[in-house]
Amino acid sequence: MAEMIATRDGYGKALVEIGKDKRIVALDADLAESTRSLWFKEKYPERFFEIGIAEQNLIATAAGLAASGKIPFASSFAIFITGRAYDQIRLMAGISHLPIRIVGSHAGLLTGEDGASHQALEDLSLMRGIPGMTVIQPCDAIETEKAVKALVKLKGPAYLRLSRGKVPVINKKNYDFKIGKGVALKQGKDAAIIASGALVHLALEAANELKKQKIDARVINIHTIKPIDRDLIIKAAKETKAIVTAEDHSIYGGLGTAVEEVLSENLPTPVEKVGVNDRFGESGKPEELYKKYGFTAENIIKHVKIAIRRKAK
Amino acid sequence: MVKTIKTTQRWFLSAQKSKGFLTQLKRWDLMENKIEELLKNKAKQIRKDILEMTTEAGSGHPGGSLSATDIMVALYFHKMRHNPKKPDWPDRDRFVLSKGHACPALYACLARAGYFQISNLKTLRKLGSCLQGHPEMHRCNGIEASTGPLGQGLSFANGIALAGKLDKKNYKVYVMIGDGECQEGNIWEAAMAAAHYKLDNVCAILDHNRLQIDGFVEDVMNIEPIAEKFRAFGWNAIEINGHDFEQIISALNESDAVKTKPTIIIANTIKCKGICSMEGKVEWHGKALSKEELPKALKELGAD
Repeated sequence: MAEMIATRDGYGKALVEIGKDKRIVALDADLAESTRSLWFKEKYPERFFEIGIAEQNLIATAAGLAASGKIPFASSFAIFITGRAYDQIRLMAGISHLPIRIVGSHAGLLTGEDGASHQALEDLSLMRGIPGMTVIQPCDAIETEKAVKALVKLKGPAYLRLSRGKVPVINKKNYDFKIGKGVALKQGKDAAIIASGALVHLALEAANELKKQKIDARVINIHTIKPIDRDLIIKAAKETKAIVTAEDHSIYGGLGTAVEEVLSENLPTPVEKVGVNDRFGESGKPEELYKKYGFTAENIIKHVKIAIRRKAK
Repeated sequence: MVKTIKTTQRWFLSAQKSKGFLTQLKRWDLMENKIEELLKNKAKQIRKDILEMTTEAGSGHPGGSLSATDIMVALYFHKMRHNPKKPDWPDRDRFVLSKGHACPALYACLARAGYFQISNLKTLRKLGSCLQGHPEMHRCNGIEASTGPLGQGLSFANGIALAGKLDKKNYKVYVMIGDGECQEGNIWEAAMAAAHYKLDNVCAILDHNRLQIDGFVEDVMNIEPIAEKFRAFGWNAIEINGHDFEQIISALNESDAVKTKPTIIIANTIKCKGICSMEGKVEWHGKALSKEELPKALKELGAD
């Protein structure tokens, strides 16, 4: 049984590690305990800026720090940081192309009991639309650590999407992470499940179950949703001819849409999407919500079978 | 004015010793005590540039550029330590134009200070120009912040000021905000933070011209009493006539002496200052003079 760790915990740990670099500063909007930026504050109090409940000020202040040679990691809940500060992100991270790291924890239904207002299901859509924005959603704590370290070197702005709930650690410590490079976790020829974030381990579970049913499904982890690994997606479509996407996000504007964009432009292929279908979430335990909204291995399997049927036509 | 000049001379002599120093004012001018006259002439030149460049562009915001001109002239040609030949000099004072629509004034100051060629001013708002309709920091030297959407520049200035404190630099961050802009919530988030972090290296200047697109600020959404609001937020607030160089310079100098809190200079200004027939008229907020109207306006300015 894999160890269970939330990606936000991976973030807090990595932020402390990269804090050795004096250019790193962290800012939060009264959610430092929840986003784990508090761990950085405890280690480097002079380089941590509590901004209070003021997300617009959070981003624009981070921009001023970035323009002065700092590498700011600004964190809050995913929906507040992307939603309330959208114009600040667009102008000061986007148009100014400053190296601000926008860190949104508590993304998706994995947020659980706080309900629809706190469950970001549209944030990937918002961030993906900003020219020059790198968008990363790690699938486990190790991948988060690698992503945070890679973000120190990245030029330009980035959005890092994290979640509150614990997910199994599927990557090994020596895993080679590269921004923009997807990872084929399992080969397969009948269909490809392209997943991101907390759905990646469910995609693996689905593929293992499908194997018992003699269906050979490939599993691809897309941690960088923008710029997306076009080659890996096109290759999967070419070799399997049936694609399923899986993400804890709306089916509009997130991973599913990004994959469809690549394929419709290059190699039209049947795509089935597992995600939230044009509605908001609600309160409940994360596992209850995942079941109700179809974020399960069973539902992924169902979609794989539909995709395979579609390619036969 | 005498006191100001003495202060300026002292600063001039000390600044001469420091690397990267620049002023458009030559030493003999200072000896002649002609600062005010020189700044007035510079302001007339900048106002002329503003009118000509917006007319050439066929659009833009002359009103709020002309109201802000004297303050920007005092900053770029007198107060700030900066060097157009080294626009990235880490110790430079910064100027953030939060009310980005007044960029014709900023562009004219930057060009006249030597950041780029004066002929570039004619390209304002044109395809491929480094002088966009609202400022973009990576497009040309000297622009410290991308602005336009209102309310964000004060936060940005705070960020630069926090970095300055971290790096133990003694640069100053000047940020100009508009009065209509004070209706943005982000301004007050930033005002709270600047006082909370005791950012005495931030000096905000409010271009208080009392007009915004839909009319008088007090009719659209009253912001008064604005000085008291900032004081209640923990700021040092100074009220001045924003077209009087002596008052502008002494307020800027006063802000250097105030420690542990940020300063805001509430500069009472006149929209379209300098061109009598346009002064105080809201229709010139976001409209350029036609080519036919331009000569008369330049004549009124005394710059024909």
